[in-house]
Amino acid sequence: MSTTRTAPTDETAARADLIDERLAQDTGLRGAADAFRRRVRDGDLGLLPVVVGLFVIGLVFYLQDVTYLSSSNLVNITLNAVPYGIIAVGVVLVLLLGEIDLSVGSISGLAGSITAVLVVQQGQPLVLGLLAGAGTGAVIGIAYGLIFTKIGVPSFVITLAGLLGFVGLQYVVLGDTGTINLPRTSPLAQFAREDFLSPAVSYVAVVVVVVAYALVSIIGIRRRTAAGLPAQSLTLVLGKSAIMLAGLGFLTYYLNIDRGWGFAVVFFVALVVVLDLVLRKTTWGRHLYAVGGNVEAARRSGINVNWIYISAFSLTGLLAATGGLMFLARLTSVSQASGSNDVNLTAIAAAVIGGVSLFGGRGSAYSALLGVLVLTAINSGLNRIGVDSSVRYIVTGAVLLLAVSIDAIARRARASSGRG
Amino acid sequence: MSVATHESGSPAQTTEPVLELTGIGKHFGAVQALAGVDFRVHPGEVVALVGDNGAGKSTLVKIMSGVYQADSGRMRVEGREVHVHSPSAAQSLGIATVFQDLALCDNLDVVGNLFLGSELGSNAWMDEVAMEKESWRLLRELGAKIPTVRIPVASLSGGQRQTVAIARSLVGSPKVVMLDEPTAALGVAQTAEVLNLVERLREQNLGVVLISHNMADVQAVADRIVVLRLGRNEAEFRTVDVTTEQLVAAITGASDNVVAERHARRVPPATETGEVEA
Ligand SMILES: Nc1ncnc2c1ncn2[C@@H]1O[C@H](COP(=O)(O)OP(=O)(O)O)[C@@H](O)[C@H]1O
Ligand SMILES: [Mg+2]
Repeated sequence: MSTTRTAPTDETAARADLIDERLAQDTGLRGAADAFRRRVRDGDLGLLPVVVGLFVIGLVFYLQDVTYLSSSNLVNITLNAVPYGIIAVGVVLVLLLGEIDLSVGSISGLAGSITAVLVVQQGQPLVLGLLAGAGTGAVIGIAYGLIFTKIGVPSFVITLAGLLGFVGLQYVVLGDTGTINLPRTSPLAQFAREDFLSPAVSYVAVVVVVVAYALVSIIGIRRRTAAGLPAQSLTLVLGKSAIMLAGLGFLTYYLNIDRGWGFAVVFFVALVVVLDLVLRKTTWGRHLYAVGGNVEAARRSGINVNWIYISAFSLTGLLAATGGLMFLARLTSVSQASGSNDVNLTAIAAAVIGGVSLFGGRGSAYSALLGVLVLTAINSGLNRIGVDSSVRYIVTGAVLLLAVSIDAIARRARASSGRG
Repeated sequence: MSVATHESGSPAQTTEPVLELTGIGKHFGAVQALAGVDFRVHPGEVVALVGDNGAGKSTLVKIMSGVYQADSGRMRVEGREVHVHSPSAAQSLGIATVFQDLALCDNLDVVGNLFLGSELGSNAWMDEVAMEKESWRLLRELGAKIPTVRIPVASLSGGQRQTVAIARSLVGSPKVVMLDEPTAALGVAQTAEVLNLVERLREQNLGVVLISHNMADVQAVADRIVVLRLGRNEAEFRTVDVTTEQLVAAITGASDNVVAERHARRVPPATETGEVEA
């Protein structure tokens, strides 16, 4: 545009075109690959480091122990990842706002305890117990949101107080019982441990998912073309769909050699997909990113900023509690140690390792999925090698530091290539 | 210097003002930021609001945009008396503001910023295609040069960001657009572009309020210049009638001011392009 401060028009236009794969319309697959390479070079790494990390982890532990990549171990990894993952999804929401919830572990422990006491000790219906446990998390989150928006206490402090307070409350709820065991025959335990998609159903599900993806993309192309806007090419969509079909199909085949896709795993993945759509396609999601990016700008745009904070905190609480119920289901017990620091730090680290910026406004729901897979995979590998839990903590810490460093370096690259 | 009002002739002024304030007062604690200030803007008119630092320009703009409430005085939109108690109330009355800090979300793309808070779509679900199409229409209307609307605004140049902020003010089809120092951070060519945008706004028959410290910019685009000094109306000129020295004198409040005098000595009145940075 101008000659004084920016690059000449043509160059700017060409580069800007390549920034967005949707604009690389007439170049098809090669254009998409070029755009991707350029993005990575400019420091817009997206989910790439995590995906690479997963492959490296798989390879390293496979070389130590060939059964690490066996179907049965992979099924275990997916099942173990679920409770942490659900909590991490909630953490993504507050991090997108540039806030934090340090108490997700405590909330998960408290929710599990409440449900266990109601269902196991008092013989209440399971549904009631689940609603009470999950509802507790949502209410705690609303309280956080109100304290944050109305009184103005930093979220770090509010949730640190919650971290301590809810551990205490958990002790009160559990009383002197110490540990409560959930019968393995309980539908809740079955859901997290024994229920798997049958092979036939799983393959049908894969096909349905891929076809749905392709159809939605093609409808998108139609609408954009009709509106005279650049659209991604049909070849690209079909290529992506084919890769998705092959990848998901193979994964399903491989997991089906053992038990296959657990119900809890499907629930978690569905949660991530739905949340991703909510974040990208709804006004609430857009406003969440806006508040995380520039809260003053969001406020002056007429966005109800307080509502965004309160709703996000309450969803985080709800998801933390749901994760706690999944721990109860998976471990079939709850005790004073449930939801300890390990849970807290793993869930928060997972979101960050998955690429959610701590400064707000950047990251996606898939960050939680990938980040938690990384940490669960490392955990599983170290357990199989039989190292002490001290090593586990050190390795987890190192991976967290590595992930944040990669993000910081990438941010510098973004700044120098003008991508903020 | 006494209040000098040079009224006449401009076509815009034969119409009813789209926005009119009378007797506006505002104090912050002991500071009387504004006292008895009158201000008006007509459709299709560019009014420059100038004055030294602390003269009350930003306060006046913030009262018009609903950020502050005046202590006294009245405000009319198209002849109807209104009370603007919030930024969104101002927006729904058709008063749009481009704040000095632009108020953009760097992490959102151009479309996201343009429609922030007024997204198109059904219920909660956004219609990205409609928004993107409308974005291009708005940007084309402004003759803006933005290569793609799908990059985060963080990666745009200063002038492009200013363009996005101005385009954004047009989303609700406003009647008045206020720009607080839109060119302060821009280079020569980008400033020229923003001034072109201001002309475009006037062509669309909007009332435009332009705050600037740059006399060259003001004289290039404004139809009328309102000078505030120490929270009061100091002077008002038609741009065609005024010299830079007169403006500088009104702003600084002294006709024997050194700056004005030096200016007069150096620059022949016909070709002057003065700038007052206070
Ligand atoms: N929020 C505020 N609190 C206290 N004083 C203020 C505030 N805003 C403006 N003022 C005072 O009001 C006067 C006018 O300020 P302002 O409108 O910002 O001037 P300008 O934009 O013309 O430089 C100044 O004396 C300033 O210190
Ligand atoms: Mg000011």
